[in-house]
Amino acid sequence: MSFFSKFFSKEKKEDLDKGLEKTKTSFLGKLAKAVAGKSSVDEEVLDELENILISSDVGLDTTIKIIQRIEARVARDKYLSAAELNEILRDEIVQLLSDNNTEDLEDFLPRHDVHPIVFMVVGVNGVGKTTTIGKLAWQFKQQGKKVVLGAADTFRAAAVDQLKIWSERVGCDFFSKGMNTDPAAVAYETVQYAIQNQCDIAIIDTAGRLHTKINLMKELSKIKNSIAKRMPGAPHEVLLVLDATTGQNAIEQARHFTEATEVTALALTKLDGTAKGGVAIGISDQFKIPIKYIGVGEAIDKLQIFNKRAFVNSLFDQ
Amino acid sequence: MFNNLSDRLDSAFKLLKGENRLTELNVADSIKEIRRALVDADVNYKIAKEFTDKVKEKALGTQNVLKSVKPGDLMVKIVMDELVALMGGTAAEINLKGKPAVVLIAGLQGSGKTTFSGKLAYYLKSQQKRNPLLVACDVYRPAAIDQLTVLGQQINVPVYKEPGNNDPVQIALNAIAHAKAHNLDVVIVDTAGRLAIDETMMKEIAAVKSAITPQETLFVVDSMTGQDAVNTAKAFNDVINYDGVVLTKLDGDTRGGAALSVKYTVGKPIKFVSQGEKMDTLDVFYPDRMAQRILGMGDIVSFVEKAQAQFDEKEVARLEKKIRKNQLDFEDFLSQIRTLKKMGDLKSLMGMIPGMSKALRDVDINDSAFNRTEAIILSMTPEERRNPDLINMSRKRRIAAGSGNTLDQVNAFVRQFEQMRKMMHKMSKMPMNFPDIMGGARGAVPGRNKFRR
Repeated sequence: MSFFSKFFSKEKKEDLDKGLEKTKTSFLGKLAKAVAGKSSVDEEVLDELENILISSDVGLDTTIKIIQRIEARVARDKYLSAAELNEILRDEIVQLLSDNNTEDLEDFLPRHDVHPIVFMVVGVNGVGKTTTIGKLAWQFKQQGKKVVLGAADTFRAAAVDQLKIWSERVGCDFFSKGMNTDPAAVAYETVQYAIQNQCDIAIIDTAGRLHTKINLMKELSKIKNSIAKRMPGAPHEVLLVLDATTGQNAIEQARHFTEATEVTALALTKLDGTAKGGVAIGISDQFKIPIKYIGVGEAIDKLQIFNKRAFVNSLFDQ
Repeated sequence: MFNNLSDRLDSAFKLLKGENRLTELNVADSIKEIRRALVDADVNYKIAKEFTDKVKEKALGTQNVLKSVKPGDLMVKIVMDELVALMGGTAAEINLKGKPAVVLIAGLQGSGKTTFSGKLAYYLKSQQKRNPLLVACDVYRPAAIDQLTVLGQQINVPVYKEPGNNDPVQIALNAIAHAKAHNLDVVIVDTAGRLAIDETMMKEIAAVKSAITPQETLFVVDSMTGQDAVNTAKAFNDVINYDGVVLTKLDGDTRGGAALSVKYTVGKPIKFVSQGEKMDTLDVFYPDRMAQRILGMGDIVSFVEKAQAQFDEKEVARLEKKIRKNQLDFEDFLSQIRTLKKMGDLKSLMGMIPGMSKALRDVDINDSAFNRTEAIILSMTPEERRNPDLINMSRKRRIAAGSGNTLDQVNAFVRQFEQMRKMMHKMSKMPMNFPDIMGGARGAVPGRNKFRR
C-alpha cells in the first residue's frame, strides 16, 4: 500500500488505512523487536531499514547515505526505544530533503513577481504531464487566475486534443497550432497569447521524450529558449514530471532533463498506487531540486502540494 | 555514478580476472557486486537475493569441473545461464488461433498500451499478413480514442470505436462482431490504464476479459518500473491471469530490472519488447538475447535479423569484399545510409552491437544528420562518388556550394568517411573475442552487509 495516507480525502483514507495497517505493524513491530533491550543500532535494525528503503525505490546510494546518517546520529545520542529510533529515522530523512534549502510551497502558485508566470512542463513518455497540467490549471483557476494552456506536444497522436479537453474541463484558455507544428513556435506564441490576453499564468505542455534521445533533448532546450525570447526570464518554472512507479532510472531522467532545461521543480505522479516514489528522495538530494506537487488520483482535484514532513511522517508514522 | 547493469556485472567479473579459481572468498565479493548491480537495475531486492544465492551455489559447485576455463568467464557463463533460465528459457509466441483471434491489452496508466496496440497491429499486418482491427476501449482518458484513431490511420489499420459509449464490455463485443462481418482476423482491444488497487477498474477489466474470452491477454509494463513491478504484475495476474508480458520504452537507458522481477514473480513469458515511438519498433522477446544484452554482450542476433530484413545477401557479400580491400566508396555509403534509415532509430540499432551500447551511451547519433550527408554525396559527380581519392579542394568547394553546406562541413564529412573506411577495413580483419567485449570496470570494496559496503 502507498504510505501517502495523509494526502487522501477522508473516505479514501479509510480504505487505505486498512491496507496500511499491515505495513505499519510489520515495520514498527520488527523495529521494536530488533531494538528490544539493546542500546545501539545493530545489523538487524539496519537490515530491516535497508529493506524498507530499497523496496520503496529509495535506491542504494541514498539508502546507504541515510543509514550512515543514522549510525552517526545514534553514536552521538544513544536511543533507548523503538519509538525514539523511529523518530531519528524520520528526522534524518526530513533533513536530507531539507538540505536542498527549499521550503515546501504554501500555495499551489510559486511566488514570481512577473506577469504572466510561465510554466514549462517536461518528462519522459507516459508519466502524466498533460494530466498534471490539467490539475494544476484547475488549482490556479480556483484561485481566480486567468490561465492559458499551450499545446507544444505536437508529436504524439491526439496530444493536442487531450490538452484541449483538459482546458475545457478547467474552463481556461487554450492555445494551439495543431499537430506536427514546430513546438518552439507554439511555446513562443503561447507566451505571446498570454501577454496579449492578460493571462496570469501560461502552462506549456511538451511531448514526452526519453532523456537518452539527444536530439529531442536539444529540441527541449530550443523550446525553452524560444519562450525566453518572447519573455526574458521565462519560463519561470520548469516542471519535471516523474512517475512514482519508476525505479532508479528516474535519477537519469532528472539529470538529463536538468541539463537540457534547468528544471526548477518536480511533480511526482501516480502516488495513489502501490508504488512509493522513494526515488524522489534521492533526486531531491542529489540535484537540489524541490518536489513541489504530487498526484494522488485521476480526478481533477487530486493534485497536492508536496510536504516533506507529511511525506516522511507517512513513511514511518503509526 | 549510475551505470548499466552490464557495467556493474563487468566490474564484478573483473574481480575474478587474474584469480585462477573460484573460491568462497572471491565468489562472495563478486556475488555482492552482482546483487548490488541487480538492485540498482531495479530488480526486486528479494529476487536479486534469491538469484545471486543460486549463482553462488552454482559457481562453487562447478569450480573443479571446468579447470581449463578462467573463473571470470565461468562466472559470466553461470550468471548468463541463470538469467536466461529466469527470464523464460525459450521464446514464447503470441497465440492467434481464434476466428477472429482476440488480443486484450492491459496495464497501468502511461505504460504504453495504446502505442503498443498500434505496433502490434502493424507487426501482425506486415510480418504475419493478418488483417487486424484495433478497438478503442479506453473510455476515460481524454482523447485516448483519438490517439488510437490517429495511429490506425498511420499504419492503415481500421479502428473500431463508439464515442459516447462508456461501456468497454459492450464496445469490445460489438468490435468482435464487426471484425467477423468484415473479415478481420485479429481483434486488438486497447483498454484504459488502471491501478491494481482500483477495485472498480479491476472489476471492469475482468468483465471485459470474461465477455470476450481473448486467445491472448497481454500485460504491458514500462521497463523503467522500479520495485513495485512485482506488486503490479502479481495484482494484474490475480485478476486477469494474463498470457504474456510486453516490455515498453526499452530504447531508453533503463537497466530493465523490471523484466526479471515480473518474469520471476508471475512466471509468464515476456512476448514483446517495444522501443521507440515509430510503429515498426516492436520486437519479439528472446530471453537469451535479453540476457546477453543485460550482460553487455550486445544483442547481435536481433541486429542481424533486422539487417537481414533490409539487406540482400549478394549486396552484403559485395560490400564485405570491398571493405576487405579498402575500396568502400561514396556510392556504397549512400546506399548503406538509405538502408539504415529504413531500419529504424539508429541509436537503438547500434546498441545491439556487442560492446557498442556502453560506448554509445553519451554519443549523439543524429538521424537527421543523414540528410546532410545524403545532400553532400548527391552533390558529387558519379566519378567522385566511385573514387573518393579524386576529391580535391576545388571539388570540395563545388560540393559545398551544391549541397548548401560550408566547406568545413564537407571537409569534416570526407575526413569521417576516410576514418570509417580505415576502421571498417581493420575491423574486417579482426576476430571477435568474447572476454575483450566485457571491458572497463572498477574495483569493488568488500562490505559486511547485504548492500552496504
